[in-house]
Amino acid sequence: MRPDERIGEEHDVHPVRVEEDLLAARHAVRAAAVAAGFSIVDQTKIVTAASELVRNAYIHGGGGTMTVGVVRDARGRTGLRLQVRDDGPGIADVEQAMTDGFSTGAGLGHGLGGTRRLVDDFHLDTAPGRGTTVTVVRWKP
Amino acid sequence: MLGTDEGQVREVLARMLAEDQATLVRDWAGQQAGTGPESGRELQREATGLLEALRGAVGGSLPVARIVEQDPAVRDALTSWSERRARVGAEPSATAMAMLALKRTMLGAIERHTEDSALRYRAALLVNELLDSAGVLTFAVYASGRERIIREQHSQVLELSTPVVRLWRHVLAVPLIGTLDSARAQVVMNSLLEAIQANEARVAIIDITGVPTVDTAVAQHLLQTVGAVRLMGAECVVSGIRPSIAQTITQLGIDLSHIVTRGSLADALATAMRLIDEGTRPGGVTG
Amino acid sequence: MSAGLPILRLGDILLGGLLSDLDDKTALAFTDELTERIANEGIRGVIIDISRLEIIDSFVARVLMQLAGTGRLLGARMVVAGMRPAVALTLTELGLRLTGVATALNAEQAMELLGWRRPAEEAPHAP
Repeated sequence: MRPDERIGEEHDVHPVRVEEDLLAARHAVRAAAVAAGFSIVDQTKIVTAASELVRNAYIHGGGGTMTVGVVRDARGRTGLRLQVRDDGPGIADVEQAMTDGFSTGAGLGHGLGGTRRLVDDFHLDTAPGRGTTVTVVRWKP
Repeated sequence: MLGTDEGQVREVLARMLAEDQATLVRDWAGQQAGTGPESGRELQREATGLLEALRGAVGGSLPVARIVEQDPAVRDALTSWSERRARVGAEPSATAMAMLALKRTMLGAIERHTEDSALRYRAALLVNELLDSAGVLTFAVYASGRERIIREQHSQVLELSTPVVRLWRHVLAVPLIGTLDSARAQVVMNSLLEAIQANEARVAIIDITGVPTVDTAVAQHLLQTVGAVRLMGAECVVSGIRPSIAQTITQLGIDLSHIVTRGSLADALATAMRLIDEGTRPGGVTG
Repeated sequence: MSAGLPILRLGDILLGGLLSDLDDKTALAFTDELTERIANEGIRGVIIDISRLEIIDSFVARVLMQLAGTGRLLGARMVVAGMRPAVALTLTELGLRLTGVATALNAEQAMELLGWRRPAEEAPHAP
C-alpha cells in the first residue's frame, strides 16, 4: 500500500478535540468523498469508517487530529486517504482491538476490524505510550 | 569528450528545454494534431505543461531512472495526459506514438543545440531513458483508465439490467448471479435494495437456480444480501436450492439455518405470501 | 436545551425521527426523552424513522440497541424504519448486527408491524 501511494494534492487537517469535532470531521470526509466522485454507497462506507476512527481517537486517545485528502497510485487510480492520529496511551493488545466490540455491538471496543472491512488499505501504527495513528485509503473502483 | 559529467549533461538539457520550449511545444503538438479530438490549443497546453515539468526534473537532482515515477510534476503531467486519452478512447498505440514523437522532437533539438558529439551522445541516452520510462507509465495509466471506464460502463449496464421482478404485491424476486466479482456484486445488491425501497416490498425472493455451484464466495454474497435486506426491514426467501447444492452447502459447513429456503420459485412465492399475511417475519427482531 | 428532535404520539405509539446529522448530544437527549415518555404515557410501541439518517456507526447502533432494550423492559416494542440501502450495505460490511432491533421498510409498515391496521384495508392478496 504505502510504496504505491503518492500524495497528489493538499490534505486538510481537522482537530478531534471536542465532541463537535466528530460531526465536523464526518462532514469534511463526506465533502471530500463527494468531490472525489465516489458513489453514494462508497461515500457512506468512507464516512462511517472515518466516524469510527475519530470516535476512537476522541474516546480512547484523548483527542487528536484527522487528515483527509486525495491520493493517486502508480496506475492513476484515485483514492481518498484518511489519517487519524492521537497522542493517547496507544493500543496494548492490537489483536483484540481488531476483533472486539462489533459482533455484539456492546462495550466500547475499538472495532477496528470492522472499520478495516470498509476500506481498501489499512495501516495501524501504535504502541503503549506512543499514541495511535490509523491510516486508511479507499480507492475508486 | 568522453567522461562528460552527467550533471553537466542535465544542465545543458535543462537549458535547452527552457530556451527551445516554444519550438518544442509547437513541434510535438503539431505531430499529434489530427490523431485525436484534442484541439491544437489543448495539445499545446498539455505539451507546455509536460515540457515544463521535464525541464524542472532534468535540472534537479532526482536520478533520471526515477524521475517519471517520483517527480510529482512530471508524473502528474503524464498521468493526466494518459487519462485524457483513455477517456476519449484513443487508440492504444496513440500513447506510444506520441512518446516516440516527443523523443524525436527532443533529439532534434539536442542536435541543434550542440556540436559536441560526446555531449550529444550522453544527452540522447538520457532522453531515451527518460522517455522510455514515460512511455511505460503513460501506457499503464492509459490501460488501467480504459479498464476502469469499461468496468464503469459495464456496471451501469448491469445496474440498468439487474432483473428485479415484481412477482406479487410487495414481493420481489431476483436471480443471484454467482460469478460476479465483489465490486459488481455490490452493484447488484444495491439495485435490489433500492428496488425493495421503491416497491415497498416485504419479501425478496433470491433465486439461486442459475448458480452452477455454491462456493464460499457465493455463500458469502448470499448471506450479505440477506443481511442487508433484513436490516432494511424486509424478509428474504432463497429459492432454487437443488439437492446437490444443498449437499455442497452442508459440506462447506455454511450455516443457512436462519434463512428460509425453498426448492422452487412457486413454493417461495407461497411462503412469501404467507409471511406477509402473518404480518410478522421469522427474523422479525434481527440478530 | 431540548432534544430538538420531534416526537409524535399516535395512540399508544410514539413516532420519532432522526435527522441526517446526528451528534452525540442530540442522540442521548432523544433517548432520554423517549425513555421517559415510554414510562410515563403507557406507550407500547415506538417507531424510529431513520430514512434521513446517512450514517449509522457503532455509536448510533449502540444507541438504537440500548433504546430497544430499555423500551422492551418498559413494555414497549421498538421498530426502526426506513434504513437507506447504502447504510444497510455499510452495516453489513462492517459486520454490525442490530441485535434486538426490529426493522421495517417505512413508517407505514412499522405501524402494521405494531398491530395498527388501516380502516379500509383491501383484500390482502391483490397483486
